[in-house]
Formats: sequence, C-alpha cells, structure tokens
Amino acid sequence: MDILLGSIQWNEILMGGDPLIVGSQIAIGLTMLGILAGLTFFKKWSWLWREWLTTVDHKRIGIMYILAGVLMFFRGGMDGILMKVQTLTPEEKFLNAQHYNEIFTTHGVIMILFMAMPFLIGLMNVVIPLQIGARDVAFPQLNALSFWLFFVGAMLFNISFVIGGSPDAGWTAYFPLAGKEFSPGIGNNYYAVAIQIAGIGTLMTGINFIVTILKMRAKGMTLLKMPMFSWTSLITSIIIVAAFPIFTVALALMTFDRIFGTHFFTISGGGMDMMWVNLFWLWGHPEVYIVVLPAFGMFSEVIATFSRKSLFGYKSMVGSIVGIAFLSMLVWVHHFFTMGAGPAVNSIFSITTMMIAIPTGVKMFNWLFTMRKGRIQFTTAMLWALAFVPNFVIGGVTGVMLAMGAADYQYHNTLFLVAHFHYVLIPGVVFAVFAGLYYWWPKMFGHMLNEKLGKIHFWFFVIGFNLTFMPMFFLGLKGAVRRSYTFSVESGFAPLFLVSGIGAFILAIGFGAFCYNIYWSARYADRNISNDPWDARTLEWATATPVQHYNFAKVPEVKSLDAFWHMKKNKVSLDISEDELEEIHMPSNSGQPIIMASIIGVAGFFLVFEWKIAALIAAVGILVGLIVRSFDYNDGYHVHIDEIKKTESKWRKVTKGVNNNVG
Amino acid sequence: MKSKKGFLISFMALIPMLFLSGCDTHMVVFEPKGPAAREILGLINWSLVLMLLVVVVVFGLFGYIIWKYRDRPERKDYEPPEEHGSTALEITWTVIPILIVIALTIPTVKSIYNLEKVPKGYENKKPITINVTSADWKWIFSYPEQGIETVNYVNIPAGTPVKFKLTSAGTMQSFWVPALGGQKYTMNKMETQLYLTADKPGEFLGRNTNFNGRGYADMEFTVEAQSPQKFKKWIEEVKNTAPKLTEKKYESLLDPTHLGRLTFNGTHLAWVDHGKMDSKTYLNPEKYRVHGYQGQIFKDEDTSKNKNKKDEAMNMDGHSMDGMDMKGEKDGGGH
Repeated sequence: MDILLGSIQWNEILMGGDPLIVGSQIAIGLTMLGILAGLTFFKKWSWLWREWLTTVDHKRIGIMYILAGVLMFFRGGMDGILMKVQTLTPEEKFLNAQHYNEIFTTHGVIMILFMAMPFLIGLMNVVIPLQIGARDVAFPQLNALSFWLFFVGAMLFNISFVIGGSPDAGWTAYFPLAGKEFSPGIGNNYYAVAIQIAGIGTLMTGINFIVTILKMRAKGMTLLKMPMFSWTSLITSIIIVAAFPIFTVALALMTFDRIFGTHFFTISGGGMDMMWVNLFWLWGHPEVYIVVLPAFGMFSEVIATFSRKSLFGYKSMVGSIVGIAFLSMLVWVHHFFTMGAGPAVNSIFSITTMMIAIPTGVKMFNWLFTMRKGRIQFTTAMLWALAFVPNFVIGGVTGVMLAMGAADYQYHNTLFLVAHFHYVLIPGVVFAVFAGLYYWWPKMFGHMLNEKLGKIHFWFFVIGFNLTFMPMFFLGLKGAVRRSYTFSVESGFAPLFLVSGIGAFILAIGFGAFCYNIYWSARYADRNISNDPWDARTLEWATATPVQHYNFAKVPEVKSLDAFWHMKKNKVSLDISEDELEEIHMPSNSGQPIIMASIIGVAGFFLVFEWKIAALIAAVGILVGLIVRSFDYNDGYHVHIDEIKKTESKWRKVTKGVNNNVG
Repeated sequence: MKSKKGFLISFMALIPMLFLSGCDTHMVVFEPKGPAAREILGLINWSLVLMLLVVVVVFGLFGYIIWKYRDRPERKDYEPPEEHGSTALEITWTVIPILIVIALTIPTVKSIYNLEKVPKGYENKKPITINVTSADWKWIFSYPEQGIETVNYVNIPAGTPVKFKLTSAGTMQSFWVPALGGQKYTMNKMETQLYLTADKPGEFLGRNTNFNGRGYADMEFTVEAQSPQKFKKWIEEVKNTAPKLTEKKYESLLDPTHLGRLTFNGTHLAWVDHGKMDSKTYLNPEKYRVHGYQGQIFKDEDTSKNKNKKDEAMNMDGHSMDGMDMKGEKDGGGH
C-alpha cells in the first residue's frame, strides 16, 4: 500500500477543525446517502443509467450541463456570500485569512469554469442543433464524453475543501505563489488537475460545435442565414479551439512544477513566474469572450423575438463578433500593465483593448435599434435582455477606463476592477443565461417557467446585483484592494462594504426565487402549451415541445433568415404527409463516456495527492478505454417510421388551438 | 404588464444613494498629492467625461425606445416593419466609438510615457534612489546612497523625485501609494522602476495590491514626505542610533511574518540584490504549510534555505550557525 499511495497521513486527507467545513462534510455525506437510498428505493438505477448517464442526445446532455450549472451557481454563490459576510463589518472574525483565500479562489474558478461555461455550453447543446435543423451534434458520443469530463473535473475541484484542502492562490493562480515554494499543500494540485480534466472536455466541445455548425445545417441555411446564436456559438467554438490549448499546456507545466519538481514557473532553478501570467491571460482573456459571445447570441434571439422584429444590422453583428474574436487574442497584457513591460508594450495593448469597445458599441446600438419600431413584450426573458443593456454599458465604460494603461496603474487589483468584471460578467453572461433559460425552458421540459416568480427572481437579482457591485467602484477609488479578507475601521470603507454585503443577500434571494421557480414550474406549470409559445423566429420552434429525440421528422428547408418566422408569415404548413417520412438514423447510447471520464477522475484524484504509481495504474485504464473505443463498431440505429408517425401525430394534434402565452 | 419605467427609476435611484453613503470619506485617487497621481487623475477625469457622454446617450436612447415601443393594448395589432439595418446608421455608430477611442488613446499613450520619467517641473532636482524589496509580508526599503534600511515605512524628502527600484524576495507583489501615483509589480530576480514625488510634506498610506498569501491583507506601509532638512536630520539620527543590519538578521526578516517598523544601519544590498537575475533564492516552503494534506517539497541546489528545524533549535541556544552552510551555490546561470 505504501508503495502505491506513498506515506499517507490519513488525518490530513479529511479536513477537520473548522465547523463550516465539518458541517459541509456531514451535509455532503448525508445528501449522497439520501440520493443513493432514494435511487434504490424507487428502483431508478436502471432508468438513470439508460436515460441519462449513457445518453448521447444533445438535449439531455444540455440539460445535464444546465443542472450542473445551477448546482455550481449555488456553490460559487455560497462562496460569494461567505466573502460578503466576512467583509460586512471592519475587522470581522467570521473567517480567517486562509479560509477567505480558499473561498475567493474557488468562487472565481467555479463561477467562470463550472457555472458560466456549463450554462452556456448546455444551452448551446440544447439549442444549436435545433436551430440549424440538425438531428444531433456531429460527434454525439464525444459530446457525452465532453460533458462527463467537465462533470468529473468540476466534482474533483469541489471536493477539495473537504478532502485535502482547497486551492488558495486565487483563480489566476499566479506563480510563484501557486508553486510548491509558497503553497506546499496539495490545494493547488486540485487546481492544476481538475481544471485540466474539465478543460479537455471544453476543447472537445469546441471542435464538436465547429463541425456541427459548419457541416450539419439544414438545406438552404447558408452561413449568412444562420441565426445569431448559432453564429456566436460558432465563433465561440473557434476561440475555444484557439485559446484552450494554451491553458492546457500552462496547466500541464504547472502540474510538472508542482508534482514532479520542474522549474517552469518557479523562482528557483531559472524558472520564470511571469511566463505563467502571460500564458494564463493568453487563455484567460479569450475565455471572457468565450463566455460572453454566446450570451450576446442569446440576447439577440430574445430581443428579436420579443420586439417582433428581425435583428437590426445582421451583417454588422456578424462582423463585430468576428472582430471581437480576433481582438480577443491581442489584448491579454492589459491584465498586467503594472508588470513594467515598458511604455511601448503598454501603449499597444491599451489601444488594442480600447478597440474592443468599437464592435461592442456596434452591437449595443444594433440591439437598441432592433427594438425601435418594434412591439416590445416584457416577458421575463426579455426583462433580462433589457436589464443587460444599461448594466453592461456600465461594465463596458469602466472597461474602457481600465484599458487606459496609465489610469490602470491606479485601478489595478482594486475593487474598482472587481466591480468592473462583475458588471461585465453578470449582466453579460448570467443575465443571458437566465434570459435563455426562461426562453428555451419549454423546449427542454415542455412547460414554461412561471412568469410571476420569474419577475420576482428578476427584480431581486438585478437590484441586489447593483447594490452589491456599484459600491465596489467607489471602494476601489478609495483604495480598497481585492482579495483582502478584512479592512480597518480607519480606512472608512465600512459603509460601502455594508451596502455591498446587503446587496449580496438580495441577490441571493433572487437566485432562491429562481430555484423555487424551477421546482414550482416542474410541479404545477401547464403542460398543454403550443410548440411555439413565444411566437418565435427560428427553427427550434418548428418542432415539438418538448422536442422529440430525433428533433425533426423532416428537416425543414431554409429560405431566409428567421426561417420559421417567414414560414409562418407565408403560411407554409409544418404538416408533413406520411409518404414523406423516412427512417431516421440516430446514434446509440453509450456507457463508454461516463466510464472513461470516471477513470480519468480517479487518475486525477491520485495525481492531486501525488500518489504517482496509483495514478499511473489508473492512467492505464484510460488507455484501455481509448482502445475499447477504437474497436467500437456500433454506428447507431434507425427510428422506425411507425414510431415517427405516432410521435408526430401526437404533438401535431395537441398543438391545434392551444393557448399562446404571448401576444 | 409592469412597465420598464419602474426598473429604470429604481436603478437610477441607486446611484445618488451610493454617493451619499460614500461621502463621509475621501477617494484617494481623486486627491493626488504628487505629480504622478495628478497626471493619472487628469487622464481619469478626461475618460470620465467621455464615458459619461456614452452612458447618457445609451441610457437615454434605451429609455426612450423601450418606453415608446412598449407593447400596449392599443398597439396590439401593430405589426413591426421588416427592417434589416441601415448602412448610414451603422457607419455612424462605428465611427463615433472610433473617434472616442482616438480621443482616449492620445492622452493615454502620452501619460504612459510621462510616468516612466522624472515628472515635469522636477527635472532639475536630483532624484534620490530607494530600493524596495517586498517579502512575505513586509516591505523593506534600502537607501543605497545613505546606507540605511527601514521596514514597513519609508521617509522621503518632499519636492524631490524618488526613483523606487522595485523587486521581491519571493512572491509577486504590487507597490502602490495611491496618493502619490500608480502601482507597479515587484518580482523576484527582476527589477522594475517607479518615479514618485510628493509635492509637500505629509503622510501617505502605501500597500501591496497583489495577493500573496495569508498575510496579504496587512501588508501596508507608510510613506512620510519630510522637508529636506528634517529628512537629512532623520538620516543622521538613524546612522547614529539604529542597529547594524547583519546578514543573519536580514534572513530572519525574510521569514513569512508580520513585522512592525524597523530601522537599520547598512543595507542588505551589500550581499544580495533580489533584482538581479543570478541572485540567491531564499525559500522557506516548510513555513508556508497550512492545514490540509501536504505535498512533496522539492529541494533545489541554488536555493538558500533560511533555516531548517535544526537551525531554529540552535538559534534558541544562542549559538547560531545560521546560514553558514545553507547559502548553497549560486545559480549556475546556465538556464
């Protein structure tokens, strides 16, 4: 055993001492037992395995991503609330410095990588194939593997605070601090390994969606007839493929440094800590656009639908996302103007950064003018899109202020910066996710989310958000720095920190309303809704709600932008005659992705604990998995015409004359 | 359906409220006490004017559009027109941001270059040099010309440009005195420079802004700008009264600890300048152990470990041989 796992101090593996952590351990343990007991009692194991764990259906994978996103939002939100409680009053003793450091680190990582990413990738999964008129993504089984790798990575990262210790060097994990020289605990091994596993999943998603969008569009859908969300997803996927490998390499080097004693980023042995900072932001900045571009796409869909107009300036919208994607790779130095790279470097990166404001401004005005002359319906989805505009403008203009290298010397690492990026990421991403969820929920589950609860969710969240982060701009200008677990009475920060803390609780109530809405709507919402409850414009609404597993009995032909809208205008019937039906070729479910990802998770866990031989043995399992996959000749099955007939007639009959929720 | 106006009003109401809650104290960035901070403030103010313009235009347009085109019962049958865009409008809102960006770029680049030099109006004054070394979790200031060293406070002559040479003994930090100017990173085996000048005598707070572990929150120091006479007197006083800085004492300063103010005769530059590429590395990984499972620590040849447990025990006996055999070999430089 000793050879396998090294010399283990068992008492150090399970974290103890802190009542918060022990409480969480007990809660996690009980929840796990509860879930296992429930599954056994209700005999749901085989259902779970058959319908969900082995599924390759893009819609179900999307739903699992979204559920994971909700879960991670809860975890990351708890971290945020704990931070806010700690800074509610000066010299608060609620958390100590070490605990606070761990919490802001996991808050950052979880919110970006395990909350924003799965929400967006989840919605992309659900919507993109439908929107382009495809029956699944290009590589369904790879898609399942992407999800399970993400999930395993997220879980591995999340157990850190109860098993072995959390990472505590910030979500940016700057060297030399994040190295063994200054963080000898294994917390940052979790960072290196868990994010790596999830990142590989994301990279494969990127490839998958590029191929899906380029190769699987419905007949007639040229690139410039593609809905905006499909466009932004395509560009996002391209950025993923361009940027994630940088992070993969950086994390691998970090792993070597931390676990095998190399000197890439250390201060001894000729390492170069600044190299980490550069590599991190070479990925990190494009990552911002990876999360924000799909969000822009969702806003475009929602705003067009509820203004009842087509998107204003479609071509300039496409041009500006391509422009943003291009510029996103050229601005990373603005995260460390203060490193002293010299005036020429700082000037150039100030200019490239400010240039991003140009295409973003174009998009902003295009959205505003989409609404002009429209008939704006204030559904919950639309409210999120509307709230995005002013809030994101505040994030945007403060971004321009930060982009000015010389001025950044005063803002850098202060709460001004923290306020700025929350004003970009929350309106830009979280509002979009909510808009998208309220909008596409019927597509996923066959019922709407409750509008009244949705509005409670909206108002609490938006007001809470502004109360939380607006004071931080002023705190930053007063000299309050980020990541500081406390502040003195004399600093004069107290009133603003108090307002900010109260805001966080209002924000949390908003999120609570959302969770309750999911529960309430699942139980009580009307199931008898039309396939097109919003009177929408794109192809995903041209099929059943919830969507049948093969998506389209017959893939519609696309003649213009907003294809479904024009089909409705021109009274093109969705009805299909029986002789048009053909058998549909669909991919088979597979247990390989989840098994493979689990083995990778186990190998990752051993690597985190530096039990190298055990990790090596588990790695053999990965190799075996790859070999098994190579000899897998299952190329799917055909859906029988009778089954198609039955499914189609069911939803087509129901749809006649059902209540439209809008209009 | 509830109108959008309510949202706007509540949103707008937040802003004055925040100003009110914040007005009892000052915003240090807006109260510059030296030419560098003033230069930056000028830039910030200019950007605020332009950004306010953007905010007013977008918010105004936003409010107008959602109010005017909202869905009302009498507009129930209104069918919005097919509209695909407008080249003239789209060109307008491309060109205007370009103009704004240009209007911001020119002063930004000018300031970036200005901040690297002795500030205007002080060119004829001979700058003094102070070496700043950040360590976990304290600031060490060396006066190479005067031959003294201070910890966690720095006295400078008012009206004289100070050239701070910044480096770090370990983790990366950021040296920031917001009243006097912007910040810059301190990095091990790397030297950055920052010119700061205080117009008048006064005391200013400085701190680290770059997170570097448990002791980060308290990593503050004070800058006291003194009249040149007082500064001279202080130097004399230190030279006469302060204890001599020994290599052993210096190495104990580098331990991850919090220290109060300290003053020494002599500087550590006599034996190590952390800003040099081939300088010695001082590491104490054992002292950074916190809770949780501990990983393997790698020993490096070029590393001078301050003390291990044995040495600590010896220190207590008062027969310290500290550092004698621990300095190890210098980095071969072959990297």
